Amino acid sequence: MIVVRQKPIDDILEMVARHKRVLILGCNTCSAVALAGGEKEVETLAELLRLATSRKGASIEFEGAVLQRQCEPEFIEELEEGGFDAFLSLGCGAGVALLSEKEDIPVYPGIDTLFIGASKGLANWQAECSACGECVLGETAGICPVTRCPKGIMNGPCGGVSDGQCELGDRDCAWVQIHERLEELGQDECITETHEPRDHSTKTLVREWDMSEPGERK
Amino acid sequence: MSLRAAFAEGRFAVSSEVGPPTGTDVSEMLETADMLHGRVDALNVTDNQAAVMRLSTIAACIHLKQHGHDPVFQVTCRDRNRLGLQSDLLGAASFGITEVLALTGDHVVVGDHPEAAAVFDLESVQLLDTVATLADGSDLAGNELTGSPEFFVGAVVTPDANPIRPQLAKFEKKVRSGARFFQTQAVYDAESFLRFMEYARQFDVRVLAGLVVPRSARMARFMNKNIPGITVPNAIIEELDASEDPVQTGVDVTGRFIREVREHCDGVHIMAIGAEHLVPRVLDAAGL
Ligand code: SF4
Ligand code: SF4
Repeated sequence: MIVVRQKPIDDILEMVARHKRVLILGCNTCSAVALAGGEKEVETLAELLRLATSRKGASIEFEGAVLQRQCEPEFIEELEEGGFDAFLSLGCGAGVALLSEKEDIPVYPGIDTLFIGASKGLANWQAECSACGECVLGETAGICPVTRCPKGIMNGPCGGVSDGQCELGDRDCAWVQIHERLEELGQDECITETHEPRDHSTKTLVREWDMSEPGERK
Repeated sequence: MSLRAAFAEGRFAVSSEVGPPTGTDVSEMLETADMLHGRVDALNVTDNQAAVMRLSTIAACIHLKQHGHDPVFQVTCRDRNRLGLQSDLLGAASFGITEVLALTGDHVVVGDHPEAAAVFDLESVQLLDTVATLADGSDLAGNELTGSPEFFVGAVVTPDANPIRPQLAKFEKKVRSGARFFQTQAVYDAESFLRFMEYARQFDVRVLAGLVVPRSARMARFMNKNIPGITVPNAIIEELDASEDPVQTGVDVTGRFIREVREHCDGVHIMAIGAEHLVPRVLDAAGL
């Protein structure tokens, strides 16, 4: 799923400062699972924003609603007119973008879209994929070097690894894990083979994917 | 002198390093280089070392060369994509700067511009491949070069890395990708270094033992804790602790290490990190 994180209240207030009536719009798919865009989060955020505005002596009204998926037009069409002059979207970047395209008032992002991740426990997600457009997981025992190695290198580990920890000090070294897992899987040739530089053009050139007109994949 | 020449003549090679300034005044860097002249075969010129912004490495190499020194051009993959790296390698070679040390480079997050984009389009192994491609007369896109460089290229290895297996797998990739010489991360334990040399001797590469003079017990402990792949043995820390002149003790310890490994490796690379004046003293202590 897409993992997201709510922006700080002050940053949100700054964005919507010039508006009078704002609809906070949750997204009931990834965002809700990431505990940032479901019904409960929308209500809590509305309450917090009301409190913060009144403390500042401002007068902005905040209402809340939740769409099933902000990245699909049919769900956006369900939105009812409510006299709002701005949306605060709690959907990922795709949700914000589609809302902006379909609606004629400004849409602001209330969350930051972090990564495609997997659940690692209660309210805890690990970054697993950055949608690079050319998956190499088959060569790296299912551990993504693009996402989990901060350098995104293809022939690791780098000299920064220390006791299996990454030089950034906040995570295990992805490449040590890749080597260990490849050994466990008996895929030793993947350890000794040099991986070619990645093709970044895939990410740049794939800007739309229309299954009815697949075209040619490079 | 140069590393290439030292190896060709079968001499025990000595290299050290200088860091370009944060600004345009290169006088201090040149003074340091002059002070080391005649005592070292080559000087590594660092490349925004530790992700801290400095004057361009190529410019610094040119200054050094114009003053009669032999630079080793350190190239990291942090700040340039494959176009930038190839351009710079060709640019350096056009000035006769052909001794290159290929590095991945520290992440920008650990440096002084942590908000910068980290590039890492290639890393050390792919950079070595790139150097080989250029030397073969074409670029990575297959375009033919007008005038192709003859590089003498090296890489780094961490003999005390933990875990060691991935490190050695990468070392072997670097050998296959054309690394002719290696500089090691700082080593202190002669026995463990000699074990590494026994392994490295299977390959047709020259190895320079990396040295950092421990100037105090505090510095040694700091390195153990904070610098990946460095292990200063307790015996040395105790020696430094007990000493009335820890700097001299550090110089002696380093000199002793060189004497112990001299017959088993091809040279030393002394990383002075701000204490270049100690380099001649270390060489004296080692009888070099
Ligand atoms: S290699 Fe690319 S597509 Fe595959 S998991 Fe990593 S970022 Fe995602
Ligand atoms: S220590 Fe490992 S995870 Fe961290 S940057 Fe280096 S190779 Fe990548």
